[in-house]
Amino acid sequence: MLGYAFRRLLGAIPTLFIIVTLTFFMMRLAPGGPFDTERRLPPEVEANVKAAYNLDKPLVTQYGLYLAKLAQGDLGPSFKNKDFTVAQLIGAGLPVSVTLGLCAMTLSLLLGALLGTWAALRQNRWQDYSVMTVAMVGVTIPAFVTAPILTLIFGVYGIHLFGADITLPVSGWGGGALRNLILPVITLSLLQVAVIARLMRGSMVEVLRSNYIRTARAKGVPEYRIVLRHALRAAALPLMSYAGPATAGILTGSLIVEQIFGLPGIGRYFVLAALDRDYTMVMGVVIVYATLIIVLNFIADMLYAVLDPRVRLT
Amino acid sequence: MINTAAKTETLERAVQGRSLWMDAWRRLKRNRAAMAAIAILAVMTLMAIFAPFLSAWRYDEINYDLVTCAPAWWPGPSLCTAPGHIFGTDAVGRDLFVRVLYGARMSLAVGLVATLVSLVIGVVYGATAGYLGGRTDALMMRGVDILYSLPFIFFVIILMVLFDRSLILLFVAVGAVEWLTMARIVRGQTLSIKQKEFVEAARAGGVSGFGIIRRHIIPNSIGPVVVYVTLTVPTVILTESFLSFLGLGVQEPLTSWGTLISEGAAQMETATWTLVFPALFMAVTLFCFNFIGDGLRDALDPRDR
Repeated sequence: MLGYAFRRLLGAIPTLFIIVTLTFFMMRLAPGGPFDTERRLPPEVEANVKAAYNLDKPLVTQYGLYLAKLAQGDLGPSFKNKDFTVAQLIGAGLPVSVTLGLCAMTLSLLLGALLGTWAALRQNRWQDYSVMTVAMVGVTIPAFVTAPILTLIFGVYGIHLFGADITLPVSGWGGGALRNLILPVITLSLLQVAVIARLMRGSMVEVLRSNYIRTARAKGVPEYRIVLRHALRAAALPLMSYAGPATAGILTGSLIVEQIFGLPGIGRYFVLAALDRDYTMVMGVVIVYATLIIVLNFIADMLYAVLDPRVRLT
Repeated sequence: MINTAAKTETLERAVQGRSLWMDAWRRLKRNRAAMAAIAILAVMTLMAIFAPFLSAWRYDEINYDLVTCAPAWWPGPSLCTAPGHIFGTDAVGRDLFVRVLYGARMSLAVGLVATLVSLVIGVVYGATAGYLGGRTDALMMRGVDILYSLPFIFFVIILMVLFDRSLILLFVAVGAVEWLTMARIVRGQTLSIKQKEFVEAARAGGVSGFGIIRRHIIPNSIGPVVVYVTLTVPTVILTESFLSFLGLGVQEPLTSWGTLISEGAAQMETATWTLVFPALFMAVTLFCFNFIGDGLRDALDPRDR
């Protein structure tokens, strides 16, 4: 298993290399550059600026220079936010994005597994149908519709229950305060909760029909113990294979959620940086996101092996 | 020899009387949700096609006297009403009804074309990998694995930003994201189908590898593919609306549901109808595709019921 882990991590290097190469050349092929402004710079100034960022050298040389810097862990200076390096900008935004993503992931896993199990235990009864209907709605309504609706309900109108005023902030980070996190996390998790609940219900229904569960029932094991000790572990396996797509989904969603709720994460930088042709910034964000996806996929595979003793990672 | 094989095949079919597809269609017809979804989608498509004839206004007809006006029947608060505009008007006084229909045109077109792109790439790639097997297969599928772990949406965003949001690029880019799963499904099917006797018979009869893939493998793996296609269309529509929401989708005065929703979300408080109608149309469409996909899965693979 250790050997497998090691080889998997080695295998991530070519993947990252492909990502870096693709992104680099795609951006450079595009028309426009980071220093194009409305008012044209005097040619001498422009030449100087370009020389300062190595933009005057041939493309392949630039690529080589970038790779050499990257190998030393240097993401370079940001072209648009002068005086800041890409690492500084990402370092400031990453905690926000990671907190948001982890909270959303935890919430979706817990709530999704819970709802899915509940629906499976009440199969073909009203509980099952209502959970599945809500899940279907969750899959079809995109985050950029739920976000304004939630904003309107909890932020603008506010909820007044039993004299208590539950009004939540709808924008800003507030230093990571829980109140500021609630709405973005809910928006981000709704889709994943729906998908995970459907997955969980399907696998749970199947597991509950299997022979070893029947054996456990025949031996008189109480129902809660059957579900928690015997069925849950096997039924949770498909969730592990969904971890990769789920991570990608949450990262994608965070682009929108950070924009709507005005959170200073790195997702918001990305679109801006691409529009500004801030080459190094785009590269930096793509590398960080790709690494996150690769690492989370890796953790999911490891967990899979831990949960399912039949899987041998060699 | 080939003719004999073909003849036996047709003979068997004649004796059997009902094809897989007729069986599936019979089962599907009994699924009321799926049939309703098909009917709704058909109506929606017709409305989208004949959109110019369904409204007295053109989709880009600006009217500064009726800026963000509610429809006459709107129950909520609004500053003014626009008689005749059944969905009200948008921020520059264009008729929202006809714009929602034009949005349907764009979203459905993107959904279908991009799915078609992913279908073609995925089926050819998957069938080839599965049929050739061995090292080629391992290599090709390893490539898919690598692509899977790429943050694809970022590439699509970069493409859309850098190459000025051309429509064709949108089709191709979104299609290129979705073909991976299709390739995996087709490969899995191919691996099991190529073990079957009729493929062996065809090979013994001297049919070329390409011929076997085209005549035997692809037609027989079509069941799961059809199911996946109906589930890809809504995903693609969502992806397009996501890009439009970020401002990277189609350009004015053309529109799509994503663009309309994004405009509506911005003025949701004062003009709720500009969010409600496009969101409703999109949600209903996605619902329908999901119902049809689930229905088809049940119809084509009765074991899973």
